[in-house]
Amino acid sequence: MKLAWRHAFLVLIVAFSLFPIVFVISAAINPLGTLGSSTLVPTGASLGNFADLLTSDVYPFKTWFVNSIVLALMASFTSLLLSLLAAYAFSRMRFKGRRVGMLTLLLVQMFPQFLAVVAIFMIFTEISDLYPAFGFDTVSGLMLLYMGGALGANTWLMKGFLDTVPKELDESATVDGATHTQIFWRIILPLVTPILAVTGLLAFIGYMSEFIMASVFLRDPSSKTLAVGMYGMLVGDARNTNFGMFAAGTLITAIPTVGVFLWLQRYIVSGLTSGAVKG
Amino acid sequence: MSAPSVIDPPKKAARHSAARPARRQVTTAFVVTRVAVLAVAAALLLYAVPPLVAAESWVALAVVIAVSAVLGYLYLSRRFVPAKYLVPGTIFLLAFQVFPVLFTFSTSVTNFGDGHRGTKAEAVTAIEASSLKQVPGSPSYQLSAATKDGELVFLLTDPATKQVQEGSTDGLAPVEGATLGMTGKVTAAPGYTVLTTAQAAARGKEIAAITVPTRGGAIKANGLSRAVEAKASMVYDASCDCIQGENGPWKASEATGYFVNPAGDVLSQGWQVNVGLDNFVRVMTDPTINTNFLGVFAWNLTFALGSVLTTFALGMAVALALHHPKMRGVKIYRILLILPYAMPAFAMLLIWRDMFNKDFGLVNQLTGLTTDWLGQPTTARLAVLLVNLWLGFPYMFLVTTGALQAIPRELTEAAGLDGANAWNAFRRVTLPLLLVALSPLLVASFAFNFNNFNAIQLTTAGGPFDVDSIRVGATDLLITYTFRLAFGSGSAQFGFAAAISVFIFAIVAVLSAVGFRRTRKQEDVYR
Repeated sequence: MKLAWRHAFLVLIVAFSLFPIVFVISAAINPLGTLGSSTLVPTGASLGNFADLLTSDVYPFKTWFVNSIVLALMASFTSLLLSLLAAYAFSRMRFKGRRVGMLTLLLVQMFPQFLAVVAIFMIFTEISDLYPAFGFDTVSGLMLLYMGGALGANTWLMKGFLDTVPKELDESATVDGATHTQIFWRIILPLVTPILAVTGLLAFIGYMSEFIMASVFLRDPSSKTLAVGMYGMLVGDARNTNFGMFAAGTLITAIPTVGVFLWLQRYIVSGLTSGAVKG
Repeated sequence: MSAPSVIDPPKKAARHSAARPARRQVTTAFVVTRVAVLAVAAALLLYAVPPLVAAESWVALAVVIAVSAVLGYLYLSRRFVPAKYLVPGTIFLLAFQVFPVLFTFSTSVTNFGDGHRGTKAEAVTAIEASSLKQVPGSPSYQLSAATKDGELVFLLTDPATKQVQEGSTDGLAPVEGATLGMTGKVTAAPGYTVLTTAQAAARGKEIAAITVPTRGGAIKANGLSRAVEAKASMVYDASCDCIQGENGPWKASEATGYFVNPAGDVLSQGWQVNVGLDNFVRVMTDPTINTNFLGVFAWNLTFALGSVLTTFALGMAVALALHHPKMRGVKIYRILLILPYAMPAFAMLLIWRDMFNKDFGLVNQLTGLTTDWLGQPTTARLAVLLVNLWLGFPYMFLVTTGALQAIPRELTEAAGLDGANAWNAFRRVTLPLLLVALSPLLVASFAFNFNNFNAIQLTTAGGPFDVDSIRVGATDLLITYTFRLAFGSGSAQFGFAAAISVFIFAIVAVLSAVGFRRTRKQEDVYR
């Protein structure tokens, strides 16, 4: 195949992948701020939508932003830690029930948590009565819930990474008198950090976009995350008028993730495949 | 780590066969971690136990104590090293994933939902309370508000007999030696402090809130100086296990959790009962649900398969196009192509929804059409597949790129030397190798898209809806359909929704079992 054909094809696909993003940008700087007046090529430029969004009385965007960032950071960090701990045991230790445990996780991974959303709703109705600090309308409760899915989501991937770290390293450390905790924190962890960063980033993006659990869980406007709150901005009649603000919010939300994504992108290819392809 | 001090002779320590040498040392880190473990366990107990005791949830209390004890023992002891790493995640997994799934199973055999939320006793109380009416000719009392031991009570004078009774939320009790005023109101009584009119007026809200239960009714204040007795027009009668009243008797039906009258009507307030396999039978046999369910299932499969195939095909095509030694600009192409993956998915789904809007959307604006894309079944289905393609192909592009780099270039070159054209080399050499490497990811992607709630809920919300069957839309997945049954507008049917969840569980289990069996033939995933 001629190189020119390759370029033509790629330009076409790049256009496909970029045009919604271009549309978001031009809608965000569109001075009129409605869906009907938004075009692919901007007709004017103003930061009015950003100002409206950040000073809105109806939509506490800044609160949502903080909620989302705090939740996604805590959840991705903790879930990574939980699954890395488990993966360390599966990768480096031999014990009774290891095989069964790994197979169980493989099975659990196939059942998304939100299929049990009805039961989770009922369980948290009880928890809200007993421990309001972890009940509905709290980020901490939602965080607990997300941790239920931590092992299923990442343990296999992590075990794949850890298996690539030569065993001789921890064997020699053991001979030097290191304990299993020292090996974990001082030898294994630094070696898998780049890959952890990528997995963490993907988990972060996932938690930022999580909608179904959060929408059941967070009803009070001040406790909402970006996904739930911004969804409410486009409900009913507000759909046309709020579009500019919504696009502005999308850009603000995207800036941190896209930035880190581009920063880490050379690790991403190896990160996704080295663990995943191994199963 | 600080200087170790040996407290035990080494021979005693060699009691289990971990890879590390048997030692018993007490370091600062050892002490600190043990203290931390005890502190965490104690904090957990202090925080979690009091509300459970107050609510008298003894089973939950036992679980909390057992978990704390196991945690304390596990981390204080030097044994069970693998468990120390596995337990933290496992606790969350059990509490918030495994337990909800089991709970889903047990809910699926009940009629839990709107109208069936509580116990039978709660239903009776609610029915009686909502039927309280002041019956003409029912007694009316002279009321004086008073306090007794600091508690607000009613002093009630029967106008006919001049007998005085105390009324509180506990019921009625006789009062001796009360002094009556001109109108028959109590002005003083031993043991009580009678409130003046001004004092009573200041506590008007509290007075209005008091309900004195009586036989078959209740006494409520009517203003500050009169109290009336209202009777429940619906009363539970234990002898016939029924509610007596208007259009009654309403017989309790333990099979359906309703009170039913001879005409076959039911009271809207029911209670939660076990309905056995009724919910499952309903899914299989009820013609409206039955056809819905099959239709939704068929589209669900199409959507998941279609998403995997289109995203993989496009992602692989892009990766192959970039995979050429003389290709320039690979880095910039790669950045631009993965941008959709980095954008917040929930927001982009809503943006896509509005781009397909009939009146204001970008798609109609650019093409000059007036198509209601998301309003017709076929275009709506194509639209959600296109949106999902946009969201999903960058991932496939990334993983294919990774897998392509692992395929030795000599293989494809050898195929070229043997006279194979580019297409044949791809089909016979590259594609099979890619599939071996990526099939676990393809199975996972299928499982993910099978339950891709966001992709549907945030674009079409399951619609467009047919006028004949407003409960199910053309792009509904099983999961969005279930979600609407449980949380959508209209009455919530938690039990029925749980039954459908169980069906989805079963379907996912079968599909992934098949998927992994096929994968396993190609690669040993159990390594």
